[in-house]
Amino acid sequence: MDLSEINFAVLVASLIVASTPLVLAALGELIVEKSGVLNLGVEGMMIIGAVTGFIVGVETGSAYIGMMAAAMAGALLSLLFAFIILIMQANQVASGLALTIFGLGIAALMGHPYTGIKSPQISTISIPFISEIPVLGTMFFQHDLIVYLSLISVLVIWYFLNRMRAGLILRSVGEDHDVAHSLGYRVVTIRFLAITFGGAMAGVGGGYLSLVRVPQWTEGMTAGAGWIALALVVFSGWRPFRLLIGAYIFGGITILQLNLQAIGVNINIALLSMAPYLATILALVVISMSRFRGNRGAPGCLGRSFVKIT
Amino acid sequence: MRQFMKYFSASFLFISMVITSSIAIAADYKVGFIYIGPPGDHGWNYQHDVGRKAVDEAFGDKVETVFQENVPESADAERVMTQMALSGADMIFATSFGYMEPVLNVAKKFPKVKFEHATGYMTADNVSTYSARFYEGRTVAGHIAGKMTKSNTIGYVASYPIPEVVRGINSAYLAAKKANPNVEFKVIWIFTWYDPAKEADAAKTLISQGADVILQHVDSSAIMTVAEEAGVYAFGQASDMSAFGPNAHLTAIINGWAPYYVKKVKQGMDGTWKGAEQTFDGIGAGMVIIGPLSDKIPDSVKKEAMEIRDGIASGTLHSFTGPINKQDGSPWLKAGETADMGTLLGMNFYVEGIEGDIPQ
Repeated sequence: MDLSEINFAVLVASLIVASTPLVLAALGELIVEKSGVLNLGVEGMMIIGAVTGFIVGVETGSAYIGMMAAAMAGALLSLLFAFIILIMQANQVASGLALTIFGLGIAALMGHPYTGIKSPQISTISIPFISEIPVLGTMFFQHDLIVYLSLISVLVIWYFLNRMRAGLILRSVGEDHDVAHSLGYRVVTIRFLAITFGGAMAGVGGGYLSLVRVPQWTEGMTAGAGWIALALVVFSGWRPFRLLIGAYIFGGITILQLNLQAIGVNINIALLSMAPYLATILALVVISMSRFRGNRGAPGCLGRSFVKIT
Repeated sequence: MRQFMKYFSASFLFISMVITSSIAIAADYKVGFIYIGPPGDHGWNYQHDVGRKAVDEAFGDKVETVFQENVPESADAERVMTQMALSGADMIFATSFGYMEPVLNVAKKFPKVKFEHATGYMTADNVSTYSARFYEGRTVAGHIAGKMTKSNTIGYVASYPIPEVVRGINSAYLAAKKANPNVEFKVIWIFTWYDPAKEADAAKTLISQGADVILQHVDSSAIMTVAEEAGVYAFGQASDMSAFGPNAHLTAIINGWAPYYVKKVKQGMDGTWKGAEQTFDGIGAGMVIIGPLSDKIPDSVKKEAMEIRDGIASGTLHSFTGPINKQDGSPWLKAGETADMGTLLGMNFYVEGIEGDIPQ
């Protein structure tokens, strides 16, 4: 065992790539849940994004167009969910689960002719000057556009939720939709928008998986990433920065355990494979216990159907 | 009305979820196949499907084949095979190790149906097993890897710690070590046969730790894609994967199931099929095929590789020929001695020189 064989700069760079789909999907779900809707269909929207992004990417030859298509596909599928729970007022948990199963099935069907094809490349963008800093440059500044976008969206979403009027309205709808309604806010419209945004983000997360991280389409390739994204939202206490940290811990341990195996560390591998899940839960539990006791940030109306009182 | 619409929309979603394929069979002799993944994986399942198509072609209208993809190694497999047997299948090929228990259970319920289980070791009156000596192919691949590596580090992405996989690692290591005494193996176990994201991560990790040739014992072509991007070499697994890495692809260890499937179906039709048989064929019988060699391989190495292949095929060469010690240094094979079938089928140890432990 020789720890010096592990290249930590590369390790950090690859953990960022491994975590990016999670960050994107979880950020989308954060907004959805802040508006008071629990969408358990993240996995389904991700896989639809993955397959659509891949198909469009292959057909057009551009990974970026593929990414956009992935966002649209995720959003489109989430509209189905929005329609069912907002207009038909069906149970959110059941509809979300159905959405996941539906998405997985449809994606398998759509992707069938596309298994075993190479996707177009997405180039990395090295940020001038700072990307040449040894170690740090490799870690953070030689990534593709989507990684930078995911980091920017953490900032933007934090700003939106905490510093903007629109964010305040969104949160108020999530906290108490009856009060928000009586104040004249359009609860259904706002939730529609939030759900669509969440779908688009999950779609991009999925597209990143099939176009950059693997890069290939294979059936069921999200392999539970949507569920991890959902868990991250809860454990982060609905806070964007903690969510980012949680996602990076998860990705980090995943990559670290592979590295440890390769240098021949003598640890039980079943334990190592479990480690990312354990560490993420532990870290986030510790963060949420320490300072903001009592304020978990869960929206008051999370998962409840809004019935207009007329 | 509103209430109706509510239930209608919910049930619509559910109905669209539950579209199951019904299996209707009409020809004289019916053969079913179950696959662990999609035949479009360009790896393990793809080759089984090539074998199925060869059966279609060989017998024309007399035989009808059906297949079910993505069958988990669980009670689901039992359900699928029961369904196949009920719809009149005469013979069923279960093409993954983990179908062993389900096959035995279903075989008990349908004594007239003939079962063929790939890579398993348990048989019954109507269950035979078949497996390929993939390790023979890995001897050839190991030799090429040993000659091609510049960093002297060879990465190996392994699936589950079962004898078949351990055998492959040992066989590749012995050949690589013989070709290049300085070679070192790094093994990552990912505990899945098919998860492209995990496979890609494992390959990237190995490359970041200096491996410049990657061997794999997992099913997807993700590793080939990663190797191509990183500018290192890799070997196709189960199928030729050169489309995914034209520069990275050195050669492929291809599974040739077609002759076996055609032979067995023929036996089933004329009544000469026997249960409780265990087939274990290699390069000689055409069950393991070495794919075309890449132009990147120097001619001298190509020649050596072909000599090894032909030697194994004719039986003059054996992948495990002593003297070989086990990892802990205790002797396993004396000089000139070759491994016996029992040890090979139950192999649970590394040979001397490989670092790390086999996960338990």
